[in-house]
Amino acid sequence: MKTRFLLPAATAGILALSLTACGGGGGGGGTTGGGSDAGANLDSRGPITYVQGKDNSNVVRPLIEKWNAAHPDEKVTFKEQTDQADQQHDDLVQNFQAKNADYDVASVDVVWTAEFAAKGWLQPLKDNMAVDTKGMLEPTVEAGSYKGTLYAAPVSSDGGILYYRKDLVPEAPKTWDEMMGMCSIAKQNNIACYAGQFKQYEGLTVNASEAINSAGGSVLNSDGKPNLNTPEAEEGLNNLVEAFKNGNIPAEAITYQEEESRRAFQEGKLLFLRNWPYVYNLATTEGSSQVKDKLGMAALPGKSGPGASSLGGHSAAISVYSDHKATALDFVKFLVEEEQQKFFATQGSLAPVFGALYEDQELVAKLPYLPVLKTSIENAVPRPVTPFYPAVTQAIQENAYAALKGEKPAKDALSDMQKSIETAGAGS
Amino acid sequence: MTTATAGADLRARQDKGRQAAQNREKWAQVRTYISAAVILVWCLAPAYWMVVTAFREVGFTYDTTPWPTHVTMDNFITAFDTSFGNKFGQALLNSIFIGVTVTVISLVIGVFAAYALARLNFRFKYLVLGFILGASMFPGVALITPLFQLFTNIGWMGTYQALIIPNISFVLPLTVYTLTSFFREMPWELEESARVDGCTQGQAFRRVIMPLAAPAIFTTAILAFISSWNEFLIASQLSNEATKPVTVAIASFAGAQPNQIPYTAIMAAGTIVTIPLVILVLVFQRKIVAGLTAGAVK
Amino acid sequence: MATELGPTPVKQPASGGTDLHHAPKGVGEDNRILSQGKWASWLLAPTIIALGIVIVYPIISAIVMSFQKDAGLDPVTGLFTEGGPAGIQNYVNWLGQQCAAQGGGTVACPPGTLGGQFWTATGTTFLFTVVTVAFETVLGFWMAMIMARTFKGRGLVRAAVLVPWAIPTAVTAQLWLFMFDFNGIINKLFNVSILWTGSEWPAKWAVIIADTWKTTPFMALLILAGLQMIPAEVYEAAKVDGATAWQRFRLITLPLVKPALMVAILFRTLDALRMFDLPYILTGGANNTTTLSILVINQIRQGFNSAAALSTITFIIIFLVAFIFVRFLGANVVEQSGASGKGKK
Repeated sequence: MKTRFLLPAATAGILALSLTACGGGGGGGGTTGGGSDAGANLDSRGPITYVQGKDNSNVVRPLIEKWNAAHPDEKVTFKEQTDQADQQHDDLVQNFQAKNADYDVASVDVVWTAEFAAKGWLQPLKDNMAVDTKGMLEPTVEAGSYKGTLYAAPVSSDGGILYYRKDLVPEAPKTWDEMMGMCSIAKQNNIACYAGQFKQYEGLTVNASEAINSAGGSVLNSDGKPNLNTPEAEEGLNNLVEAFKNGNIPAEAITYQEEESRRAFQEGKLLFLRNWPYVYNLATTEGSSQVKDKLGMAALPGKSGPGASSLGGHSAAISVYSDHKATALDFVKFLVEEEQQKFFATQGSLAPVFGALYEDQELVAKLPYLPVLKTSIENAVPRPVTPFYPAVTQAIQENAYAALKGEKPAKDALSDMQKSIETAGAGS
Repeated sequence: MTTATAGADLRARQDKGRQAAQNREKWAQVRTYISAAVILVWCLAPAYWMVVTAFREVGFTYDTTPWPTHVTMDNFITAFDTSFGNKFGQALLNSIFIGVTVTVISLVIGVFAAYALARLNFRFKYLVLGFILGASMFPGVALITPLFQLFTNIGWMGTYQALIIPNISFVLPLTVYTLTSFFREMPWELEESARVDGCTQGQAFRRVIMPLAAPAIFTTAILAFISSWNEFLIASQLSNEATKPVTVAIASFAGAQPNQIPYTAIMAAGTIVTIPLVILVLVFQRKIVAGLTAGAVK
Repeated sequence: MATELGPTPVKQPASGGTDLHHAPKGVGEDNRILSQGKWASWLLAPTIIALGIVIVYPIISAIVMSFQKDAGLDPVTGLFTEGGPAGIQNYVNWLGQQCAAQGGGTVACPPGTLGGQFWTATGTTFLFTVVTVAFETVLGFWMAMIMARTFKGRGLVRAAVLVPWAIPTAVTAQLWLFMFDFNGIINKLFNVSILWTGSEWPAKWAVIIADTWKTTPFMALLILAGLQMIPAEVYEAAKVDGATAWQRFRLITLPLVKPALMVAILFRTLDALRMFDLPYILTGGANNTTTLSILVINQIRQGFNSAAALSTITFIIIFLVAFIFVRFLGANVVEQSGASGKGKK
């Protein structure tokens, strides 16, 4: 019976060997750079598909309708992905790997650009395919580029904002130390002082990188190599570790994602909150909000001035497998036009990529956080731009989490981060 | 001692015994009800919270009052709202269609296979059993990419068959094993005697064995249907707007603002897909099982 | 090509003659087996084909890929290039928790790499499997015994038991995440301040509780179906013979339900060993709740060939568990276990 049970395994093994010849091993992740694909169909026009994650506030559909009305022969179809970033990423990977010509233009998260570009899936936006980036905020362009070439045109941006209780804090803190000094106010009022997002997930990479960058350190140096064994990086991470230790950051913040932290702030349990611009709308309008009229906003605190926010946002990229790249390019240019940018901002509360729009009276009236956000984005550092981003973020998350929980000193955590990131790039 | 007193004695003892038995019976009933109550609480408490949340206003999502407050129907309306491209109604129909097809096909071919495995003697039986079980051993997350490429190559992406066939394969091992184990326990002598009475083997199987196996087949059907109903990973990558099932539709629910998790709408959707399913199962359980069992008496 | 794989294992030397009615009786045992074999291969073909397309093809392509290196970065162009053949290096790396070192060779994987999590993830997966399957078996058996009794409201209980399982996992995981929130209903109801997703054991318990809640109905239903197939007369006879409740359970219920029970446990074990959604959504794999399947999907995002090797290793681990089950614990659906149903009258 023993042998009989094991037979299937043996059969499978033999079949596997015999199949190797058929080359059944698709999806091997590697590519040949897409050199030939990148040169094809550059002048071709026709219907295309635009792929993006869930269209939360109905911004994309009206824009596509507008485009289609003006371009009846080059209609854009909207392919909507789910609301989960991971699933959007995996969906794009699957389709690019399968060289799917139906994914002409894709909305790409800033942290995926380098990976997709290095896989040879994105059309370089240069020469005939160039997109004008004049007037765009520098960090957003940087985040859409890989090795000095633009691969994805910035469409929307995002940066961290410090929300504070203006009824309790007369003036927003400019530096981290100043903010920690104000924690006595929180104590007097019997609330917690500061929180960001510290659960082990992408948000922790955002918060840990901000801490490191704000203290003058950096995760990767300009060559894309890890650079974490520095006193600056240690000081940055230690700021968070210390705050956890002395209770300035409440213990439950180790379970916080964006929503949990927003909720604590809205319920009046927090003096300071680091979060994205979306909180403004909800905190000022939601029925359960306790801070409707007490909401102050400022740039993130740094070492001696504004801190370095991690950059969020999305860019539009053209697939090298697209059959109608001329149309795709026109559509990308259309998306980044000022008029569409305004629509993104007013309708979808998405931060524009043009600096000038942050001073636009009409927009500021509607989105009072724009001036603060501009400071935030101008000082923003893109999250590590590297084709090995999944490995890098894993290294940051796991080690920063251990440090915040007091399982290892910040210095050791950073040195482990350094080693992990080194192994990620060392393969092959 | 007279026989009369002895008889009375015996009767008294019997009465006592009967009473003790009755008490035991009553006590057993009480225990059953207590147990049933515990089961109800354990199974329904989290579902209760889902329903309560489903009826809460979005602004009070995180309220922890244990009973309904800030009640609204908005979340259900949001779930079915098609203006932002949510096709929840369509997705519901897709899920039902996929689920029913998967259940019927996998039951039919599962019954074939189980009959062969339980009733027939043939070489390689263990090989087949191992092969079938082996299909339940590979991490599902690693199946997506090869399937994606396979279906892309043959132009099946986004089609119903691309969603149905993988689901059949996922439920088949369980179906075959369950049915085989039940078929082994069947009183097959009845089949023999039916054949003596002039039934063909097929008739004997249908008229005699199937009704006896009804509870097992019905249970297997529920298990198959629900597991296809719950499938998300494969569907999220292989379906498109028109064919996506509810699980994928729910995952694309989004808050009004980026980063906002639409818990209330998700819970409303959960409520919508769960309650009809349970009612359906209840009705079917009565109808189908009763019907099949009635057939057996004829 | 994949479809051709399917029927091979059952292919019989001869073809034709599928009519069972004329199965030659008493012609000699060998012939009979042969003819039943033909009939069996027809009955089994659809199952084998379905499994062949969807499961065997991906498994084989994964095995092939697992012997390739992951794509590496060309330092000049900054583009990824094919990794080339790797031999068994991917497997060696996983089992030895070795990661690529700068300048070639390997080093022990530092914390923060996926490679360094293999054995912890294996341990976590087994812990989850053993604990959840044990809970689910005991709870499920108990629920099935209750539901098999006759009492008012039995239909209600049967419906209620289905509820946890009928809620799609995508919703269940969000629901439990919502309830296990620090300010959520569970902490409030029990008046505790546990950081459910923020420390190791609470996080593990959160996963175990949620999984047990969700899948106990699966066990309960299968066991109930088994119970329903035991003729009531068997119990009556035992009662007349004066067997106590415990004796009836041990000597009648347990042996008669054993085939169904074993199938239920076997499949729950295989599923639990591949557990993914619940811990992924609840904890994201933090606090040592990363299971092998979570590790696989994280690795897929970093390099597919290495992920294929990990999938194959997972497959082998599960195969061994299943083998032990079938071989030593009697989860065998075709061989009669000593005390089972037949001939018991």
